[in-house]
Amino acid sequence: MTESYETIQYDVLVIGAGGAGLRAATEAAAQGARTGLVSKSLLGKAHTVMAEGGLAAAMGNVDSRDNWKVHFRDTMRGGKMVNNWKMAHIHAMEAPDRVKELEEWGAVFDRTADGRILQRPFGGHQYPRLVHVGDRTGLEMIRTLQNHSIHQGFGIHTECVITHLLKDGDRLAGAFGYWRTSGKFVLFQAKAVVLATGGVGRVFNFTSNSWECTGDGHALAMRAGAEIIDMEFIQFHPTGMVWPPSVRGVLVTEGVRGEGGVLLNSQGERFMFRYIPEMFAADVASTPEEASRWLAGDSTARRPPELLTRDVVARAIRSEVDQGRGSPHGGAFLNIASQRTPDYIRRKLPSMYHQFMKLANLDITKEPMEVHPTCHYIMGGMRVDAETAHSRVPGLFGAGEVTGGMHGANRLGGNSLSDLLVFGRRAGLHAAQFAAGQNGFAAIDPKQIETAQQESLIPFHQAAQGEKTENPYQLLADLRTMMEARAGIWRTQEGLEKGLQELNTLKERASHLSVAGGRAYNPAWNYAVDLHNMLLVAEAIMVSALHREESRGGHTRVDFPTSSSDLEKVTTVVNLKDGGLAWKKEARPTMPDELKELLK
Amino acid sequence: MSGNHEQMGKTVKVRVFRGEGGQGALKEHDVPVTPGMVVLDAVHHIQAADSGDLAARWNCKAGKCGSCAAEVNGKPKLMCMTRMDTLPQDQPVTIEPLQTFPHLRDLVTDVSWNFQVNKTIPPLNPKPREADGTYRMAQMDIDRVQEFHKCIECFLCQDVCHILRNHKAEDFAGPRFLVRNAALCMHPLDTEDRLPDLKDKFNLGYCNITKCCTEVCPEEIHITDNAIIPLKERLAGRFYDPLAALGRVLKGD
Ligand SMILES: Cc1cc2nc3c(=O)[nH]c(=O)nc-3n(C[C@H](O)[C@H](O)[C@H](O)COP(=O)(O)OP(=O)(O)OC[C@H]3O[C@@H](n4cnc5c(N)ncnc54)[C@H](O)[C@@H]3O)c2cc1C
Ligand code: SF4
Ligand code: SF4
Ligand code: FES
Repeated sequence: MTESYETIQYDVLVIGAGGAGLRAATEAAAQGARTGLVSKSLLGKAHTVMAEGGLAAAMGNVDSRDNWKVHFRDTMRGGKMVNNWKMAHIHAMEAPDRVKELEEWGAVFDRTADGRILQRPFGGHQYPRLVHVGDRTGLEMIRTLQNHSIHQGFGIHTECVITHLLKDGDRLAGAFGYWRTSGKFVLFQAKAVVLATGGVGRVFNFTSNSWECTGDGHALAMRAGAEIIDMEFIQFHPTGMVWPPSVRGVLVTEGVRGEGGVLLNSQGERFMFRYIPEMFAADVASTPEEASRWLAGDSTARRPPELLTRDVVARAIRSEVDQGRGSPHGGAFLNIASQRTPDYIRRKLPSMYHQFMKLANLDITKEPMEVHPTCHYIMGGMRVDAETAHSRVPGLFGAGEVTGGMHGANRLGGNSLSDLLVFGRRAGLHAAQFAAGQNGFAAIDPKQIETAQQESLIPFHQAAQGEKTENPYQLLADLRTMMEARAGIWRTQEGLEKGLQELNTLKERASHLSVAGGRAYNPAWNYAVDLHNMLLVAEAIMVSALHREESRGGHTRVDFPTSSSDLEKVTTVVNLKDGGLAWKKEARPTMPDELKELLK
Repeated sequence: MSGNHEQMGKTVKVRVFRGEGGQGALKEHDVPVTPGMVVLDAVHHIQAADSGDLAARWNCKAGKCGSCAAEVNGKPKLMCMTRMDTLPQDQPVTIEPLQTFPHLRDLVTDVSWNFQVNKTIPPLNPKPREADGTYRMAQMDIDRVQEFHKCIECFLCQDVCHILRNHKAEDFAGPRFLVRNAALCMHPLDTEDRLPDLKDKFNLGYCNITKCCTEVCPEEIHITDNAIIPLKERLAGRFYDPLAALGRVLKGD
């Protein structure tokens, strides 16, 4: 029997109110589409709010040698050449315009001496390129978009969780979910849907991600028949907090290294000089002396090795720890106090100063921090067309962290915030155009709604039967521990195979999830629903990782430690087939010569 | 940090408000203490141990999103930034929802009124770009605006302000939105005249500068000194100073 539910109709429904969703909805509304936006939490709280270091756009304000071509080259090299080069190309070309637009909507970025937007150096970017506001760039971005959005005439529905995408044959028909405050069901009928649900970081034990990053969009896309690519590529950010345990995994912005912070092992050695990959040797300082000159502004000096791409720095820290040269709590030391004055540190890194003072009783203007890699970002996600952000399911679009391809095997810092704006806008634009071409709404199949309701309510029914039951909090903790051990920074065939077996046990346990209490604002129930998405995402990650027998970017196979030139030519694709996860390798399209030229 | 190790193996009594629509009571739990633990960790422990349906908002657990506001031992705080070892060790820790907003469930309140007020503030109305397509702003001229933009919309200041808390004056924008108005007024690009709204719509005049808001702001924004008082001065300059008013008439302002 179907419980009654509310129905809301839109031309374009955007799922997710982070940077990508807010930008998409703004654009769809500007195109004249009746647009609605839903999010799991309150407006302005999405994970984007946490972004710290900045937004990458080749404006050339600090070093006029910068332009989109260099940005494209850096993005491809940082991504270890397996990026969707069309996306990387569009991204590098359009990012500066998206920044200017934000400024017009009220963002107040840090300035150069002549009053233009200041740009800071960041890992893997050849020139100072990150537009920023101290170390709270994400806050500036989301608040600007939020305060602009509320005047664009689109509907905003917060604390609403989408659990199912509905289809009419091949075509997308809408989305079904529940209000967190009441637990009641809601149907959104839509001519086009934009997924902007962000990442999956919560499937790992140590992560910088907020609670919402449970991979809902990745799972919704798979269940709707879309393809997911590159799921083996997970970014472990080199610098997460280590101590105290309460904050383990919380991010220490790369801005600390951008502003000159150095990495040291327990012997006081600046170890990064030992880990410079050949591919980057020509761009990186070879001595601490050269690195100091760079910090002092000498444009003939090369960047310090602490600013190598994240995958490289993360592996280096982990290796130092594994080889017994770690800090007291099992990390490396990150020292900015020895490089900059206390005043400068407090001005350029205010939230880091505050975060360590408050949570760790540590004054970063005086003492070094302890850091260890933490799960930060997923490069993989729904496959979309570079120009239109359209997936292969008619009417289903995507933007932001939920999509794959743009960042290849490793994302450069700052390239996510710019990605959200560039492809958020494109997704909104093309979703609106798609909706305009539709003849009314697609039919809603009552059977699909009945199933959706039943699936969501299972955790309540089982409690009544009094059989073997599982606590969602416990299952969540076990899943995260398993993923950390099996699919973390070091991976092996044996580990991944064991992980997949353990996952089967977890899936079986998930069928006995049981929650007490009512439906209104019940976090146990909310987790029980999210867990099914997390389990599917975990499987997609492990299957993809198992079948890429090489190491590249955010995917390190201890049993295949080098990169393979053959595997550079393929993408891992997963989708759901007959209820199970299927995978295949697909040849990547070759790059046109004029772009290849830029990579030299 | 040595003090943390001494707490290992200890438990602390935590009392959490449970109930709906303002009706309910404190429920006491024994919570094991771990080094560096924050109040939000205690809430998570209670949820996982035996109260799965304990409702509480949080997102980032890093003091960046402003979701986890609650009243800890009667004081408005971010749960994720309040370390247990900063609270009196010899008495139970009490966690209650914000008192100024309508109660929904357990620690969750209905803060939607704040979003409605925000919507009534006219957006930035920027002046045209320079000839070279840029906007030029000196860092010195935006330091203040950037201070205001640190706001994470935790609404702790709204919770503590007596005009909202005790007098329920819904025609008062509250400190958060006076800060936002100040950020727009001092924005070098803005061309909107915001003083009439501040006087008549947002009722800046209600504020009697008790500074309670400034004291609770986790972002350490100088709400009263840097936002409210300068706005009051501008307002006084415009509407109550007869000489300035005459000057405006003469200049055609
Ligand atoms: C600490 C930290 C610092 C970072 N710093 C930087 C940086 O300096 N520069 C940079 O470029 N990148 C940075 N990143 C990465 C960047 O912040 C994220 O990749 C980006 O914000 C993701 O944005 P998004 O719009 O795709 O999704 P999110 O901001 O994650 O938003 C997802 C939205 O989807 C909603 N949602 C999810 N599932 C559902 C559902 N089932 N139903 C309804 N709504 C749903 C959520 O409620 C939320 O509103 C950082 C990340 C972290 C963790
Ligand atoms: S200073 Fe004004 S706004 Fe702040 S709490 Fe007091 S009365 Fe309210
Ligand atoms: S001004 Fe401070 S206290 Fe008020 S909402 Fe903003 S951050 Fe919170
Ligand atoms: S959870 Fe984000 S501020 Fe506390």
